[in-house]
Formats: sequence, C-alpha cells, structure tokens
Amino acid sequence: MVCRTPADVKRESFLMETTMKRLLVNFLVWSMLLGVILPTSMAQNRAANQETLIRNATVLTITHGTLPNTDVLIRNGKIAAIGKNLKGGANARLIDATDKFVMPGIIDCHSHSMLDAINEGSLSVTSMVRTRDALNPNDIDLYRELAGGTTTLNLLHGSANAIGGLNTVVKIKYGRPVEEFLFPGAMPGIKFALGENPKRSNFNPQPGQQRRYPMTRMGVEETIRDAFTRARDYKKAWDEYRNGARGNKNLVAPRRDLQLDPLVEVMEGKRYVHAHCYRADEILMLIGIANDFGFKIRTFQHTLEGYKVAKEIAAHGAGASIFADNWAYKIEAYDAIPYNAAIMTRAGVIVSMNSDSDERARRLNIEAAKAMRYGDLNEEEALKLITWNPAVQLGIQERVGSIEVGKDADLAIWNGHPLSVYARVETTFIDGEIFFDRQQDLARRPELAKERSALEAAEPNRPPTGGPSPQSPRRRRPTNADDDLWDGGVEQP
Amino acid sequence: MNAIIRDAGTRKRGDEVTGRRGDAGTGRRGDGVTRRTGEAVALISRAAMILLLLAATATTFAQQIGNPSTQDGVNPARGTYAIRNAHIVTVSGAEIENGTIVIRDGKIAAVGTNVEVPSGAQSIDARGLFVYPGMIDAGTQMGLVEVGQGAPGTVDTSEVGDLNPNAKAIIAINPHSAHIAVTRVDGVTNALSLPSGGLISGQSALLNLVGSTPLEMAVVPNATLVINYPRTATGGGGFFAQQQTANLTEALAAANRQVEQIRKMLRDAEAYGRAHDAHAKDPSLPRPDQNLVLEALVPYVRGERAVVFRAARENEMRGAIKFAEEMKLKPIILGGDDAWKITELLKQKNVPVILTGILDLPLREDDAYDMLYENSAKLRQAGVAFCISSGDNGANVRNLPYYAGMAAAFGLPKEDALKAVTLYPAQILNVADRLGSIEVGKMANLVVTDGDLLETRTHVRHLFIDGRQVPLNSRHTDLNDAFKNRK
Repeated sequence: MVCRTPADVKRESFLMETTMKRLLVNFLVWSMLLGVILPTSMAQNRAANQETLIRNATVLTITHGTLPNTDVLIRNGKIAAIGKNLKGGANARLIDATDKFVMPGIIDCHSHSMLDAINEGSLSVTSMVRTRDALNPNDIDLYRELAGGTTTLNLLHGSANAIGGLNTVVKIKYGRPVEEFLFPGAMPGIKFALGENPKRSNFNPQPGQQRRYPMTRMGVEETIRDAFTRARDYKKAWDEYRNGARGNKNLVAPRRDLQLDPLVEVMEGKRYVHAHCYRADEILMLIGIANDFGFKIRTFQHTLEGYKVAKEIAAHGAGASIFADNWAYKIEAYDAIPYNAAIMTRAGVIVSMNSDSDERARRLNIEAAKAMRYGDLNEEEALKLITWNPAVQLGIQERVGSIEVGKDADLAIWNGHPLSVYARVETTFIDGEIFFDRQQDLARRPELAKERSALEAAEPNRPPTGGPSPQSPRRRRPTNADDDLWDGGVEQP
Repeated sequence: MNAIIRDAGTRKRGDEVTGRRGDAGTGRRGDGVTRRTGEAVALISRAAMILLLLAATATTFAQQIGNPSTQDGVNPARGTYAIRNAHIVTVSGAEIENGTIVIRDGKIAAVGTNVEVPSGAQSIDARGLFVYPGMIDAGTQMGLVEVGQGAPGTVDTSEVGDLNPNAKAIIAINPHSAHIAVTRVDGVTNALSLPSGGLISGQSALLNLVGSTPLEMAVVPNATLVINYPRTATGGGGFFAQQQTANLTEALAAANRQVEQIRKMLRDAEAYGRAHDAHAKDPSLPRPDQNLVLEALVPYVRGERAVVFRAARENEMRGAIKFAEEMKLKPIILGGDDAWKITELLKQKNVPVILTGILDLPLREDDAYDMLYENSAKLRQAGVAFCISSGDNGANVRNLPYYAGMAAAFGLPKEDALKAVTLYPAQILNVADRLGSIEVGKMANLVVTDGDLLETRTHVRHLFIDGRQVPLNSRHTDLNDAFKNRK
C-alpha cells in the first residue's frame, strides 16, 4: 500500500467533504422536489373524521344501478348515506358535483407500481419472497394513478418464475408511511407464471450463466407439480405433528419451510393464486394441477387466450384479469383479441381489466370502455371490469368496488361519464380523504415552478466549469414497469 | 341471423350487418352516454340494411370463415356508392345532417343534402349513423413489424449502421400484416410508417391501409426522411441501465459529433446533386458516379420533401430546428413531449409537431401529471401546427382516437381533437389535397360509425379506403367468430 502524504490526506478529506456536501445538498434539493409533490395544502383535508357531502352527482353505484341527482355523504372514512337532499354536519366539506359523476375507486388487479424489485428471478419457485419487502411509497406514478381515479392496486411479483413471490394489496395512500398503504383484510395472494416467461424463452442468459430449469412448458408443469407435492408432504408432516403433539410432548416439530408455507396456505384456501398465462394449453394445465391438489385458482392474469377455454375457466371457478386489447408484442400474444373480456364474461367468468403498467393504470376507464366496443358489454358490465370484479378477485368486495352505505369511501368524482374518452378525474378519495384534487394540483403549480427555478439556480446545482454536472437521482426502477414487456432489467437486443 | 348470413355464403358478420344489439344503442357524438333509439325504427332500418348489404357484399366479400389470414391484404375493387341519410362530419366545413356522399373512381364525387346519385350506385342507408374522414396516424411503423419480441424475422424497423437514407419503408411493408386490418376496422385508414434505426433512419411511407402490394397501399411511397436527432444523454435510464458519465460537456460533445456526421452526409448530398446538375447541363463536365445513398437525400436537402426529426426533449427539438434551418431542410418534429415549452420557437420557424407521447408518462418526476395530456392544447393555443399520433409500431395504432380523446379531456377543443387525427396530419404531410376531410375530389377514405369517432364505445359500421368498401373483419373478429359460441 502506498503511503499517503498529509497533503494527500488533506486533499482526500477535502474531496470527501465536498462530495458529501454535494450529496447532502442534492439529497435535500431532491427530497424537496419530491416532497412538494406531496401536497402540503391537503393536510387540512386529511383529518380522517372529516365529513364530506358530495351533492347532486350522477352516482354509478355498480351494484345498485346509476342514480341521477344524488348525494353521497362520507363520514369517518365510510360511505354514510346515499340519497337525495342529504344533510351533512356543520363542518362538513361540501362538494357540488352537478353534471359530474361519482364512481368507486378503480381497482387494478395487476400492478408493479411502487415495487423496487419485481422479479426474484434466480429460482423457479420463490414463494418465500414478498413484494411487501420492496414497497416504495414515494413512487410518483402512484400520484399519477390517483389522478386517473385508481385507488387500489394488486402489487404482484413478476412472471419470471413458475411460482413467484407473494403479492401485496394496497390502497394508494400516497404521501403516507408504507404501513398505511396495506389493504386491511385483503386475502393474501401469490403469483404463478406459465409459459414463455418462466421458461425464459425471450431472455438470454448473461455470459457464463447457465440456463435455468425449466425451459419448456413441460418443465413448468413439473416445477409447479413438484412444489405442491413437497408442500403436501410438508403439510402432512405438520398435520401429524399437530395431531400427535397433544398427547406427546416428545414429538419434534417439522422444520419450518418458508417456501412451502404459502403453498400449504393455497391448498387450505387461505391464499389466492394469481397466475400469469397466455396460451389456452397453459391455462388448462394449471387447472389440472389445481384440481389434483384440491385448490382453486383465483385469477388467471393476462389470460390472452382465455376466450378459447372460457367454459373450462368458468367451470373451475377462476377469474380472469386481462388487458383490454394488448396483442402481438410477442409470439404468445399473437392470438390475443379485444373480444376476450366479452367472451369470458358471457361464459360466466369474473373478468377484470388490469394495467400491468404505471402508464395504463392512469386510464383504466378507457380500457374498460373497450369492452363495449369489442363484444358489446353494457355500461354496468364494463364498469364492473375495473371495480366490482377486481374487488371480488382480491377478496375485498366487502369494503370496496361499489358505492354502498357502510363501505370504504374510496371513490372518484369525474367531470363526465367515466366510460367516455372525454372524461377526467376531478377528485379522488380514499377512506374519505382526498388524495388527489385537480384544482389543488393546478393551484400549486406556480409555486412549484418558482421553487424549481430557485433550486436550479442555487449554487450547488450549477455545473462547475468543465466538471461533472450534478447527479440527478435515477429512478429506482424502470419507468414503465410493465412486467411482460420488461423483465428483470435485462435489455433485449 | 348469423346462420342465415353464413348460409348465404358471405363473409359479412351477422353482428356488423344487423347493427349490433339494442343496448349498444347509439353512443351519440359528444355526450358519451348511451341513448336508445326507437327499437322499431332500428329494426326496420336494420332489416333494410341487411338486405342491402347482402346484395351489395355477397359477391365482393365472399371469403372463407375461420381463416384468419384471408382478410389481410385483400384489395377489394373500387365501386360507385351512395351513403345516404348520414350525419356527415366533414371536418373541413360544416357538419351536414341527413346528407349523402357519392363515391366514384376512388374519390368523393359529391357531398351534400341535395345530391344526384348516379344510377347503379350501391346504396348504403346510414340513417342514425355518422360519416367521418378516415383517421391518419403519422407516427407508426405499420407493416414493418409483426411481432416485436421473439420473432426477429418479422421486424424490419432498424437497419445496421447510423446513416441509411436509402432504407425505404415502402420496400419492407408487409401488406399482409394482421395489424393492417386490425387497425383499419377501427377507423384508421392511413398510416405514415417510419423506419427507426441509427441517426438517419431512412425514408417513411404514407399508406392506405388496404392493398395487396406495398405500392398498392402507397399514397406517397417515399414521404419523408427520418432523422433521430442526437440526444444529449447524461445518465438516467432504468434501474439496471449502465451508469453513464454524468458529464455534460462530454455528452454535448458526443451529440455534436453525431450531428456533424449527419451534417457531413447532407452536405455531400448537396454537392452530389450540384455535380449531377452541372453534368446534365454541360455533358463535357465529368459525370459523377452514381451513389444511391446520396441520391436518396437530394430531394430532402433541396427542401422538396420534409424531414422528420425524432425529438422529444426541449434541447433536442431546439437542436433539430436550428440544424434544419442551417441546412435549409423542411422539418417536422416527431415526438414533441416538451413542445409546449418552445411554442414560440415552433410558431416562429413554422415547424409542425407530430405528438406521439400523449399517453406516455411524463418525462420527469416533478412534471405535472397531465403535462403530456395537455401538450396539444397548449400548442393549439399558441398557434403551432400539430397532429396527434399513437407513436405505436402497429399493433396498437387502432387506439389513435383515444390519444386525441385524452387531449380533448385536457383542454383541446373536441373539433381540434378530431382534426388532430384527420386534417392536421394530412396538412403536415402535405396531402391535404387528397386526405383528411370529406370534400369533393378527395380520396374516398371514409368511416361510417354509430357514434363519435373518438369515443371508445363507438362501433365502425362501414369502411371505405380509396373508394373500395373494405370488409370489417380482421384477425381479431375472425378469432372472435371462431370461439365466441364454443360450447
């Protein structure tokens, strides 16, 4: 090791100091920039017990039809009353919604927003990992989704593995600590994936990396069947232990297996399976395994060829969560058709329209309306695709998915019929609190612009002559975390 | 009904002919809420329509059911048609109630309420329906890519190397791509298909979305040059993207080197053109060797055809505009996410913008959530020429109306939203004499709908491209037909 002179040490410490200063300043600057997006002026609206009276709206209840000129009273985060000429308390916030529409908050049954990591892609069975451990509550796309009337997300592990990680269902309480995002009482779930993604057919291994098993649809089936076979034995060992332990203190408990625990929950009906799939054969394959091990698949995700086997899906009792019209982005998506929602709905499958994209999650209303163009679902059926149906698929329909007295006040006010391409969200509520309001957003902009230009002009942010310009923080994950088009960060040639 | 029609041996789908079920109603223009029309009237007109259509289409569209490939690339014959009793949205002029449009020899022969219908014209009763000009998407790769991932043999978008002015989209357009029928049956009748590789990507083709060969499809075979204006890249990228040196000076120098590459080739093309002209004028002068690459550039460096610059960010657009001025090019910006920031410059230099990013996420974390939704409204307010594109490679170009609809939801007047996908792209591509509105003499690219063209719930009922009545089936309707009644 080369000895350092005091001058070296001095220079190093100076460099370190300036670097630290710059980092610190940058950190402060950027946290301010990010922080301002969180509306401070909303704080006053945030009191959970704030009463709100939305007056004279067209209310799309989903479960009880469309109610014209109707008031909705929100109290203690719940929908307290729906009717004409309702009276709020003296301090109630009054919102005139004449000519406006109120609909339940949109539920996106397939999202990777706010996930810092999507795929634990090293193994083919990763039921031991949780999306819960990778949540970033500051993801700006959450706010953009709120601005599209979306309030609930099913955050799924990616589709790299035959059996992926555990999901997290959240309410988009943007600006709150991550704990407050978790949807109370949502059924736990797990991601499965079939076909081209778990067999990694579109992804080349890095140099020196071995191909991962499986690489055929035969192997995907075997991988899942093997995992459930192990889980069944594991469950049996635990059952025997629990049954025997009552009278026998000397029995030794089986070793806990974090990989198999969730699969046991699946077999016990305590955890929902959300299975990525495209082709009809894959869908039938997983139904076969589920029948053999006595569990139900809660949702097939994407289900591009679901229309080819709609009656089998319906007979199994599975739901389907799909794209409206995405197709041809890979070979396996070449038979995807926009009539999928209508065909499966007519066959008795509960269908939801999801985004799998931070971008589409902002306009799922348009995606739902496409089912009216392709296959002639009616308005109520179309709206259900993004409200009631995904609520059922996630086991949260007691709380959200429709506008009914006693339910969580998760809803949005639109300036037109939400199935119209010309409609826009004015205000989005979660648990009765405003998490997006267009007028407040607009009102804040001059102040933000001023702040931004002041920050840009500030000394620490000016690039020194000839030197490197200040680092701007990179996004923590790709902008369009579209698991099917992007996977694990390995760029395709 | 299906059975009867299928027995009659036509390919026309029952649903299309009968005008769908009652609950689809008529999603009237503008209000976005379904209203029911009188069932009786609807039934009568449906019955009439069935008979008319059976007569009109039985021979023209006879195809096999259940063969998803037959509809693609079919080029039906031109005919003489009269679309009667329609609400005509001309786009360029006033809307016409209860009007008639006569189509003959591929063109719009007459429009109005008091129009003489030539004998022998096939009549289409459009009572309760609307007629619009076909939509035009000026930012696609239609026909150049079938399946983006996992089938590289179907991808012809980017040539090897940085400078390929002679890479012509029209050479590689696949007229039998399933994307084409899928797109047109939703009312998009024209697409500009642009190559995308390197710095000079090649030349785009303006297509009619019908035809058996690329040239049958071509409205303008070589419409524009396409240049990817060099980006000043300082870091950024995805989570796993390679960390780039965040050195602005270096990044600027690198971008300048790329601009210099383009400049040099364009200068060479100017010189090449001059040398050839000189030789033509005075054969005693040496005849320059033919150079296909430079030759391809000559009409562009002389400002005879437009040059499309892909540029989304402010500094790229400023750079492109400055470069175009220096080289005396006729620039069009493709992308234009930051166009709202430089409206004065765009207006002053008269540079039109093809907006492709309306439904993209905003560029920067602290951008307003609706920055791209309202981009076009700001351009309109400033008087900048613009049009709206899906920017899609082909499969999702059919969603073009929803890009315009979103712009309308965020401040763009509805009439302009409609123009932004019809007349404006025609003007920007210099084909407004042929496309973009319903006027006598223009190409008969017409869409008959049961509602507002931009509304998601609207159905297309009849489709004409180049005066040919195009069947409303596609790979998707065929698969739907094949499986929807599977028991």
